[in-house]
Amino acid sequence: MTFWEMFYKNKLALTGCGIVILLFVVSLMAPVIAPYDPGAIDLKNVLAPPSGEHWFGTDQLGRDVLSRMIWGARISLKVGFVATGLAILIGMILGAVAGYYGGWIDATIMRFVDVMLCFPAFFLILAVIAFLEPSIWNIMIVIGLTGWMGVTRLVRADFISLRERDFVRAARAIGANDARIIFLHILPNALASILVAATLGIAGAILTESALSFLGIGVQPPIPSWGNILTAGKDNIDIAWWLSLYPGLAILITVVGYNLLGEGIRDASDPRLKR
Amino acid sequence: MSIYLIKRILFMIPLLLGITIICFFVMHLAPGLPTDLQTQMNPKASVEMKERLMSLYELDKPLPVQYWSWLKKLGRGDLGTSFSSDHRPVSDKILERLPITIAINFLSLIIIIAVAVPIGVLSAVHQDSLFDKVISVFVFVGFAVPTFWLALLMMIFFGIHLGWLPISGLRSLNYEYLSGWGQLTDLAKHLILPVFISAFGGLAGLSRYIRANMLEVIRQDYILTARAKGLSERQVIYKHALRNALLPAITILGLSIPGLIGGSVIFETIFAIPGMGQLFYMSVMARDYPTVMGILLIGAILTLVGNLIADVSYAIADPRIRISS
Repeated sequence: MTFWEMFYKNKLALTGCGIVILLFVVSLMAPVIAPYDPGAIDLKNVLAPPSGEHWFGTDQLGRDVLSRMIWGARISLKVGFVATGLAILIGMILGAVAGYYGGWIDATIMRFVDVMLCFPAFFLILAVIAFLEPSIWNIMIVIGLTGWMGVTRLVRADFISLRERDFVRAARAIGANDARIIFLHILPNALASILVAATLGIAGAILTESALSFLGIGVQPPIPSWGNILTAGKDNIDIAWWLSLYPGLAILITVVGYNLLGEGIRDASDPRLKR
Repeated sequence: MSIYLIKRILFMIPLLLGITIICFFVMHLAPGLPTDLQTQMNPKASVEMKERLMSLYELDKPLPVQYWSWLKKLGRGDLGTSFSSDHRPVSDKILERLPITIAINFLSLIIIIAVAVPIGVLSAVHQDSLFDKVISVFVFVGFAVPTFWLALLMMIFFGIHLGWLPISGLRSLNYEYLSGWGQLTDLAKHLILPVFISAFGGLAGLSRYIRANMLEVIRQDYILTARAKGLSERQVIYKHALRNALLPAITILGLSIPGLIGGSVIFETIFAIPGMGQLFYMSVMARDYPTVMGILLIGAILTLVGNLIADVSYAIADPRIRISS
């Protein structure tokens, strides 16, 4: 069976794919589908519970929660992709170099990975972000810089198992240089596992961003993000449950979607890995 | 074994140095100064005063010099003085909060093990049963739930809607007037939600890991041998299989410690628990460099010690490693 046939037969993976596509559409179409301006303050309608007019209620400034969530989808999409892209880039290069060259280069890189892994990453992220100006770009960079270790290990393992294969020897025999062998011959064979790691990484990055925004050091208001709507939910916890419930549900569904998609790709690209 | 231990402990020193160097430089290279907070709001603060503050905190010296003097103080067991208005020694501030954080993390570790192990074993033994499927869904959702959101929902439901549990702090206002038993139940009530939330994330991961291990182990030849010998299913599963499935889980527990410690920032902030995580959050916000460095150091030490304990108990539990070392 081909990759697509396997993938197509997996209902859970298709569900995940559907959720991710839906998120893309919502993010792209945010200005069209949001019923209200996400920044429009309506002080006569503060903390209104869900109703026909405001499906998910309003926040402490009378802004429509649904509209803010629709715009917030853009933020989480952006953070997920840029942060994970950065992590994949670093992890891919370090993992390829470590796995291809081996020896002391490998040992040094992997010790560095160990140091990064044994450190409470959230502490480091928090410290760095709080000392930098909290902005969406800084968050993406910091989440990316602290999330590349898993990819490094993965790519390294792939490179170690591939570097002695015949096609690599053949490439070397006809005089291809290291960079060419690494990027054109070996890396394409490791792409499936990188893609899986990327999809799962996006889910993780979205979770971290929401936690940071919730703590007030992520995406700064008035820019709406799911995490900072939840901050308002905490501040009004005894009167406005809708501020807490819906944005969290959006995060949950998004993360489930990416996780299902990632596992679906893994199962379809390598049936042996299926449990 | 003791040589291995000494090696591991010695290896921790350069690791810790590396971590502190990274943290120190990242923190100080970032724009903004701790003195900004004290002077910006104060129109009377003159340039000279700012400079006086800077030299008081030794912030006017080059970074390597600052790091070296921090390191020298550390050698004497001194973590410096907090920049915050109380000007107390950092070690005092951390030590009075550390037990709370460790106690909550320890309790949640116990809950993680006590719940995840039976769940993982049962769903592996009854693979593809209804129980297994329900647990799989639960685990999948568990991975995706933002814990701080779950905390909010539980606060709304158990704290506000039902009114069963308190939602902030460790003690009620009338704590002083309660009897000994009353104080204990009061504390326990305050701990239920934070401990549950801090355990939740690890629960999903460990139970899934145990299930996968168990599935692999029960397909091994020695399990077939045990069955062939005529041992009861109970003995096969709980004596032969479980031991082998649990071994690698020890390492996973060790690796989960950074996550637990990092998570304490979130739940301590949400539930207003006066622990190390909350102190970290407040110090980071106030740019209290010495306190932030102190907590990062303690967090790193806790993590390394946790990993060490995990590795050592792995070595003790696994005869192959025990004999070969």
